[in-house]
Amino acid sequence: MTHDRAGHERTRRRRRRGVTLLVAGALVSGAVACGGADGSGGQGAHQITIGLVTKTEANPFFVALRHAATAAAHRNDARLIALAGKFDGDNEGQVNAVESLIARGVNGILITPSNTTGILGAIREARRQGILVIALDTATQPENAVDATYATDNFKAGRLQGAYLKALLAGRAPKVFVLDGTPGSEVSQDRHDGFLDGFGLKDGSPAIIGQANANGDRNTAQAATENLLLRASDVNTIYTINEPVAGGAYEAITDRGLTRQVTIGSIDGSCDGVRDVKAGTLAATVMQFPVGMATDGVDAVVAFAKSGVRPSGFTDTGTVLITDRPVRGLPSQSTAWGLQHCWG
Amino acid sequence: MRSPVTTPAAGGDARPRPRDMLRYAFRTPAIGPLAALVVAVVAFAVTTETFLTPQNLSLVLQQSIVVGTLALGQSLIILTAGIDLANGAIAVLGTIVMAKLVLDGGNPVTALVLGLVAATLVGLVNGLLVSRLRLPPFIVTLGALTVVYAVARLYSQSRSYPVTSGLLLFWGNGLGVGGMFLTWGTFLLVGLYGFFWYVLTQTAWGRHIYAVGNAPESARLTGIDVRRTVLSVYVTAGLLYGVAAWQSLGRIPNADPNSYQTANLESITAVVLGGTSLFGGRGSVIGTLIGALIVNVLRSGLTQAGIDSLYQDVATGTLVVVAVGVDQILRRSGPR
Repeated sequence: MTHDRAGHERTRRRRRRGVTLLVAGALVSGAVACGGADGSGGQGAHQITIGLVTKTEANPFFVALRHAATAAAHRNDARLIALAGKFDGDNEGQVNAVESLIARGVNGILITPSNTTGILGAIREARRQGILVIALDTATQPENAVDATYATDNFKAGRLQGAYLKALLAGRAPKVFVLDGTPGSEVSQDRHDGFLDGFGLKDGSPAIIGQANANGDRNTAQAATENLLLRASDVNTIYTINEPVAGGAYEAITDRGLTRQVTIGSIDGSCDGVRDVKAGTLAATVMQFPVGMATDGVDAVVAFAKSGVRPSGFTDTGTVLITDRPVRGLPSQSTAWGLQHCWG
Repeated sequence: MRSPVTTPAAGGDARPRPRDMLRYAFRTPAIGPLAALVVAVVAFAVTTETFLTPQNLSLVLQQSIVVGTLALGQSLIILTAGIDLANGAIAVLGTIVMAKLVLDGGNPVTALVLGLVAATLVGLVNGLLVSRLRLPPFIVTLGALTVVYAVARLYSQSRSYPVTSGLLLFWGNGLGVGGMFLTWGTFLLVGLYGFFWYVLTQTAWGRHIYAVGNAPESARLTGIDVRRTVLSVYVTAGLLYGVAAWQSLGRIPNADPNSYQTANLESITAVVLGGTSLFGGRGSVIGTLIGALIVNVLRSGLTQAGIDSLYQDVATGTLVVVAVGVDQILRRSGPR
């Protein structure tokens, strides 16, 4: 390349790049203009604003949580800003979201923490500035790092699943697959421990003939179950952390023709999950109540903004065993009840 | 060397004219991204009450630190026509090594050094695979992404580790200036970018990086050791990712093996918005810094305007495609 050509080329490229980014800039301002227009509608002088920070956008549980919070905010004539991490474990994304909400001066922040300690700094700052912070779905460590927690007692949810699956065996020797969530996740650990407690097992007992981390994801769960089945096809009980994982596990046992031999339990209580119980795909699911969490959270922030009353402590938002094959000694509800109270 | 830029159209007139100033502006690579950044800042300053507060501005800076440092390493690699999908994973490994060693009773200095070494070693391995075995950088770093995350989870036993060591938390401290809180990490970020801007524009190594990215064969014929240049870039990037890990602990005092899963894409976004070509050899690190700031200004500003995060993702993603798309269209239909 000669000097001359290189020089021309460079100038041309630079000029174009300048134009490119000016256009991009125009787009940014366009986006802002939309935002501004949107904001001006809702930014009344003293309108209550509430921030919601979920772990991710995609998980149906958080979608239900967001919808419920939006509806509750609307009812209270408050404004809800829903933000989220990009994946389970995106602590920086959650911290960024909390910080931005602090800067915006929201009245309260509802957060489902990805990491129970990683975001405490941002939460402390929010509370220092007088913002009410409520943990939804998952407690922080320590629990009193937030004003209040509205969550499922995940240990209890796991224990209900364990006790039910154990009862269904009616004395037969258990051969169990354990399909957990994301390694290191608090929710995953609590449900796992609860399951073992309810079933009467210990980690490492010979009755557990397979364990895998399914990341709460259907496809991962299916592949994991397929692999476990190659090693131990005499499984009769499958614990699953949530309903997408249960769906994947069911797919795998169907492919192997083992549906009669295996019972699957789960936790969530989404409408799809309850329908799966009704269809017999799942033996039972343990319903949790994201709509209640979100509604109570929004109501608490509104009350706080109006009267300054801060809620406190851990509120168990409830767990209900849903099955059409009830067992003696374990209170449960039918799928008909479940379909009336399910979410998603 | 600059003579072709001053075209005859400039004529013999000696007065400085707006046209010349405009031309100078276009000759400065980061001017387009800078204009976009300024437009965004002004727009948010006008449309929201809270964007232009000192508190929020310092937050935008703090939010840019980790991805900004990762994007600096990413820039170096992209300038050599490579790409790094593993940078978030490498940073995570760094944070785990540093935090776990201290929690296990190790000396913080040793822990820090070993964390930096671990990150640099991954860079070295990637660099060797790319430069010696000539494997495509996309594939090498795709593999590294998976392996390094797995190693981080194995080493951490899938647990997260709180950090209390003052040394590891250092970059989160700082000083208050007129309502703003500037962390030492912010200064480090600016210092790193300044340093690499100097190195890339004023040293032989910097020129070699551009040459290798532009046309490796020509670079080789002019006597540049292409393999060694590429290797040195991956090693340098690895070290930078280690520094990002250290900065990350200052910001979030917790090493979590699940974090930074999308940092690779975020850093590529910053590089692209900064006007650097994904085909190598063209661009500037200052542009990358501005690109990282654009992303965070957009996110912060849209939050201040009360926009949900799904719409924020739509805006950011669209901006990236538009920035690259317009560049491509103009290049194809450009004069001659």
